[in-house]
Amino acid sequence: MQINWADTSFLLAPEILLTVGALIVLVLDLLIEDDTSPVLPGFTLLALVSAFGAAAAHLVTGVDDVALFMFAADPLTHFFRLLGIGTALLVLLVSVNYVQARSKHTGEFYSLLLWVTLAVVLVAGAHDLILLYLAFEFLSITSYVLVGWLRDDARSNEGAMKYLLFGAISSALMLYGMSLLYGATGTTRLTEIAAFFTIPETQITGLYSIVVPALVFLLAGIGFKISLVPFHQWAPDAYEGAPTPVAAFLSVGSKSAGFAVLARVLLEAMPAFQEHWTSLLVVLSILTMTLGNLVALRQTNMKRLLAYSSIAQAGYILMGLAAYSAGATFPADGLSGVLIYLVAYLFTNVGVFIGAVIFEQATGSVAISDYAGLIRRSPWLAFTFVVFFLSLAGLPPTAGFVGKLAVFYATVAKGLYFLAIIGVLNSVVSVYYYFNVIRQMFFMPAPEGAERVRMPASMGLALAISFVGTLLIGFYPEPFLNLANMSRDFISALPLL
Amino acid sequence: MTLEQGIFILASLLMLGSALAMVTARSMFVAALWMIGTFAGVAVLFILLNAGFLGIVQILIYIGAIAVLILFAIMLTPDVMGLKPGPRYTGQWPLAAVMASTLAAVIVLLLVRAGNDWHIADAAPNVTDFAVQLGEAFMTTYLLPFEVASGVLLVALIGALVIVRDE
Repeated sequence: MQINWADTSFLLAPEILLTVGALIVLVLDLLIEDDTSPVLPGFTLLALVSAFGAAAAHLVTGVDDVALFMFAADPLTHFFRLLGIGTALLVLLVSVNYVQARSKHTGEFYSLLLWVTLAVVLVAGAHDLILLYLAFEFLSITSYVLVGWLRDDARSNEGAMKYLLFGAISSALMLYGMSLLYGATGTTRLTEIAAFFTIPETQITGLYSIVVPALVFLLAGIGFKISLVPFHQWAPDAYEGAPTPVAAFLSVGSKSAGFAVLARVLLEAMPAFQEHWTSLLVVLSILTMTLGNLVALRQTNMKRLLAYSSIAQAGYILMGLAAYSAGATFPADGLSGVLIYLVAYLFTNVGVFIGAVIFEQATGSVAISDYAGLIRRSPWLAFTFVVFFLSLAGLPPTAGFVGKLAVFYATVAKGLYFLAIIGVLNSVVSVYYYFNVIRQMFFMPAPEGAERVRMPASMGLALAISFVGTLLIGFYPEPFLNLANMSRDFISALPLL
Repeated sequence: MTLEQGIFILASLLMLGSALAMVTARSMFVAALWMIGTFAGVAVLFILLNAGFLGIVQILIYIGAIAVLILFAIMLTPDVMGLKPGPRYTGQWPLAAVMASTLAAVIVLLLVRAGNDWHIADAAPNVTDFAVQLGEAFMTTYLLPFEVASGVLLVALIGALVIVRDE
């Protein structure tokens, strides 16, 4: 079996750039004594930007191939590469000051940020259960370490420990589901699994009863990453304890990797069982958004509020997959709704976390009541918060509105009216707790002697990018709709023999 | 019952029994010892499946290195060795037992219902050069997972250092 190395290194260029970057950052960290040296974050930035460029070039030139037998370098992967690396770029910009102030291991942090981005990218492209599992574990283990980074902070330790325990159990369940699928089909390649089930049903009757349980086991593992109810319990504690930039990465980068896997497993490996998984997804989606929103109503800590809010958001995104229909035109196919929503969610949710980082860095607080009077302490920050919350609630003229519109449109087009109604009702509930924070900022008096909230230049830049992105998608969505339309192609099942 | 089936049943009993003893052990040290029994059972299963190389690796690495390392780590941690053994069961054990038995029942039911439709390899592979085949697979078809595994180990190493190293 010959490997064409030129082709392979071309197809895996973003991954190779991230790996080399992460290794060089580790070595540079040994050579540079000064923890505040700009060389390390600068080099990390360079690695991320070059990987982003390579992925964008792949998408634009329409690269569509399989690398090393197991990695699908198709448009769907390019999209999730851009999403994951883009998240890491924004997170890096806010991490520099945050981590320098709290940890001695800044070099390792940057390196791990590159590793975790690599893991997201690998998960998104995994086309084989073995690679899928390893990449998933790669992502999980790196995330556990990043959540527990603040070793002298008991909540950080607690968050990491809970994340680890939940993760271990759900990944064991997922592995069991994978072994059932392998036992039934004799292959780990996703498209070959799909091809196996094109064999007439009469010949393999017994195996049909394996698939749905295997799917449930797989959903447990993937649902953990996406923080679907009932696999969400780790999320509030992990988000609260984690360094806030890491929480931002978990809520967007790691979650979108989970959606990439879910899309691939369902659409590539199990298209024959769509009626089964659609009903499962509808139930999970309703549970996830309803529970996330209802519990978010009672939160007093900003990071926990955002944790429950991002659980609810996962429920909305899942609606798109539930409404998937293979032949439908853009954007009624559901998958493109998921992609549009994820781009909107990237700018919005990373943005709101960046705002929280800036506030925490200036005041040391994450309590919602401390946001009182923010309009006087930093009008610009308060105004961006309003835009992000409008977008999270799905109100125009923001990115979140476009995302929700696309997902709801697909849901209605598929005829899942009940799901769409629940989704709309949930959006109404979410307005209440988002606007509660805005009310604190605008109508509550600032505490006596409160100083202006200042932000370092890099954090301000990250905030500005997220802000512009959120509004741009709201006012001028065409390029982003085109991006989603380009990216909804993936390697589909080949007929057997 | 063939000899193979007999060995299978014995190895499975060793594996499951040790696993049960491990999770119910009151001291961490004893739990680590029981883990060796589970690893040994897995090694026997590998050998039964004609994967002799994996069986040997399982013994060398899991029993010889990992289990011994865990035992050393427990013995060198004063906070753990000094503790009085805790209670055998917490208040949640009935719930856990019900959940575990339900899961086991569901799985057994599935395996029975699938009957003879399981995908079974057509013929036993040529096993005389198993290690060679494994090495070739790692360098061709499974190159990417192989490299990802090294990334996972590197990240785990860095993480362990960052979290536990004295400052």
